[in-house]
Amino acid sequence: MLFHSSDPDYNRTVDDFDSGKHLRHARAEAEKRGLDKMLVIDVDCHHYETDNFGPILQYIDDPNLRQIALNTFSYKGPAAMLMDQPGYQDMGGRVMRYQMRKGEKVEAPGLSREVAQTLRWMDALCVDYACLFPTPMLFLGLHPQPEIEANLARAYNRWICENVLPSNDRLRSMLYLPFNDPEATYNIVKEFAGRKGVVGFMVVSTRYKSVADNAYMKTYALLEELGLPIAFHASYHWNDQLISVANRFITAHAVGFTVFNAVHCANWVINGLPERFPKLKVIWIESGLAWIPWLMQRLDNDYRMRSSEAPALKHLPSDYMRQMYYSTQPMETVNNRAALEVTMQMINAETQLLYSSDYPHWDMDLPTTVWDLDFLSEQARRNILGETAAKLFNIDVSARFPR
Amino acid sequence: MQDVFVAHAAELAGEGERRIIVHGAREVGVLRAQGRLHAFSNHCPHQGGPVCEGMLIHKVEEVLAADHTYHGMRFDSTRLNLVCPWHGWEFDIATGRTAGDPRFALRRFEVIERDGDVFVRLPAAQ
Repeated sequence: MLFHSSDPDYNRTVDDFDSGKHLRHARAEAEKRGLDKMLVIDVDCHHYETDNFGPILQYIDDPNLRQIALNTFSYKGPAAMLMDQPGYQDMGGRVMRYQMRKGEKVEAPGLSREVAQTLRWMDALCVDYACLFPTPMLFLGLHPQPEIEANLARAYNRWICENVLPSNDRLRSMLYLPFNDPEATYNIVKEFAGRKGVVGFMVVSTRYKSVADNAYMKTYALLEELGLPIAFHASYHWNDQLISVANRFITAHAVGFTVFNAVHCANWVINGLPERFPKLKVIWIESGLAWIPWLMQRLDNDYRMRSSEAPALKHLPSDYMRQMYYSTQPMETVNNRAALEVTMQMINAETQLLYSSDYPHWDMDLPTTVWDLDFLSEQARRNILGETAAKLFNIDVSARFPR
Repeated sequence: MQDVFVAHAAELAGEGERRIIVHGAREVGVLRAQGRLHAFSNHCPHQGGPVCEGMLIHKVEEVLAADHTYHGMRFDSTRLNLVCPWHGWEFDIATGRTAGDPRFALRRFEVIERDGDVFVRLPAAQ
C-alpha cells in the first residue's frame, strides 16, 4: 500500500498490515494495568459491511430493488445503495489503518475473515465482548428512498445474524432500525429480537424524523416489553443546512456528531417519553460526553420557566437524562480534568456510562482511557469498562470469567 | 546509558529511511529527516500509538493575504511532521513537539554515527 506524502521522498509503502501488531502497544498497556482480569465490553465498535456488500445485497427481499442493486453494485460498488458523505476521516492517510485494514491478511481456521479480523483487534485492545455496528450504513437514514433503507436494513440484519453473530460468543450487535419507515422498524424488532447475539436495536441519529412521532410508540412499547435497549448512534451530515456552513471536516465532525443526538435527546425528554416508557433503556452513542451537561443545564433552565410546554414531565429534564445510558467515546480528555470530573458526576457515570472504542475509526479510545481516570473509584471504572453493560445487555460472561 | 546498534549508516542514508529497534521494554524509532538522523520513543504521548511508524509529511499552513483574506492551504516545506498512525497527532521532527498542543512532546534520544554504524544512546534497559 503506497501512502503519498507532501514530497515523494516521504512516500511510504507499507505491506503486511496486521492489526494485532498495529495495536501491540494497546495490549502492552492493558497488561500493565491488569485489564485482562477485568470485564471489558465495547458497546460501540465497527466493521465495514462494504467488505461483504455483494453477499448482503443478495439478502434484499424486494426482487426489483435486489435486481437493481446487484447490477449497479457491479460498476458502482456500495454506492449502488448507500449514501456516502464528503470528508476524509483518515486525514489524507495520516491514520493509516483505513487504507490497510481492507487488505489485511487474516487466516483463522473455521472463522470468516470478518470475524477473525474483529477478534484480532479485540484481543489487542483487551476487549472481551464487542457490540458491532456497520460503518457506511451510518448515513443510510439520509437516503431519500425509505424502501431502500428498509430493505437494506433487513438484508444487513439477516446477514449479520446468519453469518457473524452465531460464529463467536464474544460478538454482539444492536441491529439497524430503518427509522424512516416506522412499520418496517417495528417489524425488524419483532423479527430479530431473541436472535443469537442481538442485544438491542440501533437508530442512526442523522435523519430528520422526530423520535416523538406517534408512529414509533408501538416500537418503543415492544422494546420495553422485551427488555431490550434502543440506542441512538450519532453521525454527521455535512450537507445539513446548518452544518454545510462548516468548511472543514473537523467542524462538521465535532458539531455534527453531537447536534443530532442532542436534538433527538431533547425531543425524547421534553415529549415525556421517559414517563410513557419508564422501563425502556435508552443509550446515546458516539457523541462524547461534554454535550450532556450542556443539554441538561439548558433544558432545566428553560423548563422551570416553560413547564407548560412539557406537561408530561414530573421531574427536571436532567433527572430523566441521568437515567439514560451514554457511551464514552470520543471522551473529551482535554486539558481541563475538572470539567471531565464534573461531567462524570452529572451523568452518574458510575451506573450510566458504557465504555466504547469506536475501533477502527480515527478517534478510537482504548480501555486505558477509562482505567486511567484516577478521580473515579475502582468500582466505577470497572462498571464503565464492562460491568454496567453486562447487566444492561444481560450478557453471560461466565465463559470468559468463570465463577 | 548505553549505545544500542540501530543499523549500518548506509541503510539510513536516504531521506525518509527509518528503523524501529526494541531494547528491553523500550521501542525507539530512528529516522532520517531534513538531512539528519532523529531518534524518538515509539510511544505517542496521547494514547501510546507507534508514532515512529507513521507518515512523515510537511506541516500544513493557511495562505492568508495582507488583508486577512484566506486563499487556501499549502505545505510548509521547511517544517516536517511525524504523524502517529493511531489518531493523527503530529509532531515537529525538529523539536518533537505536538503541532496541536506544544505542551506534549516525543521523548528524543541521542543518535551517534560511528565507524559506519548508527547507534542510539539509551538509558540502561529495565
